[in-house]
Amino acid sequence: MTAPGTAASPLARRVERSVEDSGRIFLNMGPSHPSTHGVLRIVLELDGEVVVRAEPDIGYLHRGMEKIAETYGFTKFIPYTDRMDYLAPVANNIAVCTAAEVLMGIEVPARAKAIRVVCAELGRISSHLLGLGAFAMDVGALTVFLYCFREREVIYNFMESLTGARFTVSYPRVGGVSRDMPEGWADAVRRFAEELPARVDRDIERLLSRNRIWIGRLEGVGTIPREVAISYGLTGPNLRGSGVEWDLRKEFPYSGYEQYEFDVPVGTKGDAYDRYLCRVEEIKQSARILRQALETMPSGPISVQDGKHFLPPKEKVMTRMEELIHQFMIVTEGPQAPVGETFWAHENPKGELGFYIVGDGTSRPYRLRMRAPSFVNLSILPWLLPGAMISDVVAILASLDFVMGECDR
Amino acid sequence: MEIPENAPAAARRLAEALPGALLGASEFRGQWCLDVPRERALEVLRLLKEEPDLDFGFLNDVTCTDHPDEDPRFRVVWVLTSHARRERLRVAARCPEDDPVVPSATPLWAGADWLEREAYDMFGVRFSGHPDLRRILMPEDFDAWPLRKEFPMEGLRSDRDWARWVIDRARRPEGTLP
Repeated sequence: MTAPGTAASPLARRVERSVEDSGRIFLNMGPSHPSTHGVLRIVLELDGEVVVRAEPDIGYLHRGMEKIAETYGFTKFIPYTDRMDYLAPVANNIAVCTAAEVLMGIEVPARAKAIRVVCAELGRISSHLLGLGAFAMDVGALTVFLYCFREREVIYNFMESLTGARFTVSYPRVGGVSRDMPEGWADAVRRFAEELPARVDRDIERLLSRNRIWIGRLEGVGTIPREVAISYGLTGPNLRGSGVEWDLRKEFPYSGYEQYEFDVPVGTKGDAYDRYLCRVEEIKQSARILRQALETMPSGPISVQDGKHFLPPKEKVMTRMEELIHQFMIVTEGPQAPVGETFWAHENPKGELGFYIVGDGTSRPYRLRMRAPSFVNLSILPWLLPGAMISDVVAILASLDFVMGECDR
Repeated sequence: MEIPENAPAAARRLAEALPGALLGASEFRGQWCLDVPRERALEVLRLLKEEPDLDFGFLNDVTCTDHPDEDPRFRVVWVLTSHARRERLRVAARCPEDDPVVPSATPLWAGADWLEREAYDMFGVRFSGHPDLRRILMPEDFDAWPLRKEFPMEGLRSDRDWARWVIDRARRPEGTLP
């Protein structure tokens, strides 16, 4: 019996045939290789140590989330989005909720927006820290990984006290967020955001940025020119590393990002080192946004005061008929989407997470399409890898910072 | 056709430059979608991409929706972004079930490659001119189109049937599909 993707699969047969013809070696990298960050399989055709052809084989983690969304409705779908980019689950939650709000035409209150900004930036810091830590580890610098995880642990603790869960948080809801910040939380996060840039300087930048081995491994490796990055639809730090100044938080501001002051770092050459620098700087800029968002945190409700879209307050449910009906409808059916379709993209740590949602007047989307940044970012591999040394493949993969849970959905 | 008053400049340009290539323009929540006939989709995308004052140089997404009760059944959607003008636009073309083919956007954007493969994988819509159209997320010899509406949510087979299907597949001659 052969499982899909083993020696007898059509893909492997095709590669084998071409190897027979040319006398080249073919190397199967992944699906469970430490540097493939999950279950990415790449079939590499090698001439000595140089990659001649690379054929990524993805889908090992495909769970049919788009199909699930058509049956489950918006609220029940939120926990599934946790399992996409699982390094910043809360960013995915915010993305799907905001995309549904765009379709429904809901405007969430200012406090909910600010809390979402705080959560999304914490998610970005967490994701970039892991990206950098794993990047350094893949290239041989283990220490950075440990420092990154120390900081990520703090973020996990924040998430735990805010949402009750450390990892798969499912925190926002369509129309707001599920609970307010606990006492003292904002101050703790602000202290963290104030200390973070110095810690990133000390524990990541001083170990890597001018490290000769690090620069030697990354400079000029995996160079993506600007036009190629755009043509392949790269987004996030991978696009910005190639010198394209495009950040949805600046270009199509949402959740009140227009009020905050921050810079968008861009690279000049588009190599792995530029992408590394972009991520480090984005962590610092996220800390800057965190400080501003927490200092100017508006007061007021954390969800829309509209029983058609969000659970009414519990005390009213127990005493009033209308709220009871709303509670029943929200729990059994969920908020209803109008007939129409929208595309809305969120600046996730990995790039643009786009949701194309077709509503049909029920509480379930007729079609919910997720444009996963990791999927699109990985599509450049067949172009990017040929010509690289096999040891550079590891550095290039890590510099693209992808997550297979999101790529395969 | 009548172009709505508030339609984006792209719709007007399209109607002028390519007569008959615009079937309709619709708006929802401030987002515009242009309906085009599938034979002319590539022409339209090329105009939108290459015309300097339109400049939709970035392809966000290629996807598909399935409407089993309508004819033509499938609707392929391209989501474009103009970086210079900070504008998004969708282009949609329909194709029937018995001939589910639309032109591929790979001559314009390299990134369309995997996006189209995914749409093919999930809906069975083929993209003519695609260099290597084959399944991407599902197993290579999977025999159904998972995101079509008739595909059951719980999957095609029970666990036992699934095991039998895998065994049968291993026994059949190499390269043959079930």
